Amino acid sequence: MRNNLKKYYPVFVLPTTASFLIAFVFPFLAGIVLSFTKFTTVTNAKWVGFENYIKAFSNEDFLNALWFTVKFTIVSVITINIIAFALALLLTRSIKGTNLFRTVFFMPNLIGGIVLGYIWLLIINGVLQFFGVTITYDASYGFWGLVILTNWQLIGYMMIIYIAGIQNIPGDLIDAAKVDGAGFWGILRHVIIPMVMPSVTICLFLTITNSFKLFDANLALTDGAPGRETSMLALDIYKTFYARTGWQGVGQAKAVVFFIILAAIALLQLAITRRREVEA
Amino acid sequence: MTKGKTKLGHALAYVILILMSVIFLAPIFIVLFNSFKSKLYIASEPFRFPTAQTFAGLENYIGGLAKTDFFSAFGRSLFITVFSVAAIVLFTSMTAWYITRVKNKFTSFLYYAFVFSMIVPFQMVMFTMVKTANTLNLDNLWGIIVIYLGFGAGLSVFMFSGFVKSVPIEIEEAAMIDGCGPIRTFFLVVFPIMKPTAITVAILNAMWIWNDYLLPYLVIGTDYKTIPIAIQYLRGGYGSIDMGAMMAMLVLAIIPIVIFYLFCQKYIIKGVVAGAVKG
Repeated sequence: MRNNLKKYYPVFVLPTTASFLIAFVFPFLAGIVLSFTKFTTVTNAKWVGFENYIKAFSNEDFLNALWFTVKFTIVSVITINIIAFALALLLTRSIKGTNLFRTVFFMPNLIGGIVLGYIWLLIINGVLQFFGVTITYDASYGFWGLVILTNWQLIGYMMIIYIAGIQNIPGDLIDAAKVDGAGFWGILRHVIIPMVMPSVTICLFLTITNSFKLFDANLALTDGAPGRETSMLALDIYKTFYARTGWQGVGQAKAVVFFIILAAIALLQLAITRRREVEA
Repeated sequence: MTKGKTKLGHALAYVILILMSVIFLAPIFIVLFNSFKSKLYIASEPFRFPTAQTFAGLENYIGGLAKTDFFSAFGRSLFITVFSVAAIVLFTSMTAWYITRVKNKFTSFLYYAFVFSMIVPFQMVMFTMVKTANTLNLDNLWGIIVIYLGFGAGLSVFMFSGFVKSVPIEIEEAAMIDGCGPIRTFFLVVFPIMKPTAITVAILNAMWIWNDYLLPYLVIGTDYKTIPIAIQYLRGGYGSIDMGAMMAMLVLAIIPIVIFYLFCQKYIIKGVVAGAVKG
């Protein structure tokens, strides 16, 4: 059978592989090469060594975006996961209407970042006008606006994953803990949390990568204003490429750094939380 | 005593859940009633219902539709999403089956390349991908399907491969012995077994492609606006926004998603959980 199937390479593998080469492999490799060159269009690239990387790290916008992104990611990952987990605990008690609540909480996740951004722009500016300001008045308003928006978008998603994790805990495990006299907090700490560690791994991974890569909502809600103070990394890279002539090489170098940081954080987090997972 | 305690606990749970539901639904309702207000009153008093003085009827909708050419954008979004998702499900499932069943250096290299691509953010390949798409004349509604297939292949191949590994090979061998070639074996035997994974892959990709802004904006945005591009387009130069048209178009962008969600929510929620567990 193997040999028979092997000949069918053009049918089974070629369409995907060819598209993958065009849309990923070539752009990825070319991106790495171009990050060491100065160019405006791809054809006039000139080798400049590490100059772009040096420029990127001495660029205040980039450092500011990096710090803003890190702060934003830490705050939203914590808030999203705590609220999502709390809701999952509430919805796995035997109460009526859980499906309806689940439906409501998950819905914002289907709405895209651009639309979300403008929905929250209306609401946040609506609240802030009682204080006579708008969201672009101060970077901290934009920061918390983005945190609220991302919470609204991702809580339902993570909640669903936590619900699946909690429902997978064998009922007799919790009953046994109750017989042994464990209270709510005891069961939570010693039974539920260790048992849902696989869900925690997934949810942390998804919230970290999604928060770190946030672009659409950032563009719609603040567009980086005031100044460039609320630009996250993805938006800063985009603007370096398309709003600053002659800086394409620096944009590409920033993108390589962005990729390396993201990959490092994601792999580190997976390695740490995977170790804490226990078998049922 | 315990009974009284659980009753109180339930009541408290309901209070929290209802309060959270209100917080989750309120933004959408606020946008909805503001879409019927005259644009002068939207930014200045967004939390007030329309009154006889501020009510604007369908004015915002008519103006917004004209400004954004929303229905064309809707058609394009639908076209790109449907055909890209179909292409992804079809071609990546075939690829995943092949590289799982035919074991050699090349197929395992391909597998790891696909997995690797999953952690690469779009900005890393953004500039060069757009240039490549332009050079190869893929900057049109059909061409962007190729781009989505290529950029979306990683996660989809990974998920299908995970599933194929759990399918007993004897079933396929039996079909082959009965005289089925690889193509018939795949479509008559393997693909039907993969259906749950195919639904998950379709949902995850549809959510991504329907809402995607930057990729279509850079590849085809100047000629063909999708819904997110049309909405972003309402932010004029210097950041000024026609709030009336914006509210109306937000409502039109949300309605199809909500309808789709209410009809398919069982599959969507299942698909998201399955996708997360495997991803």
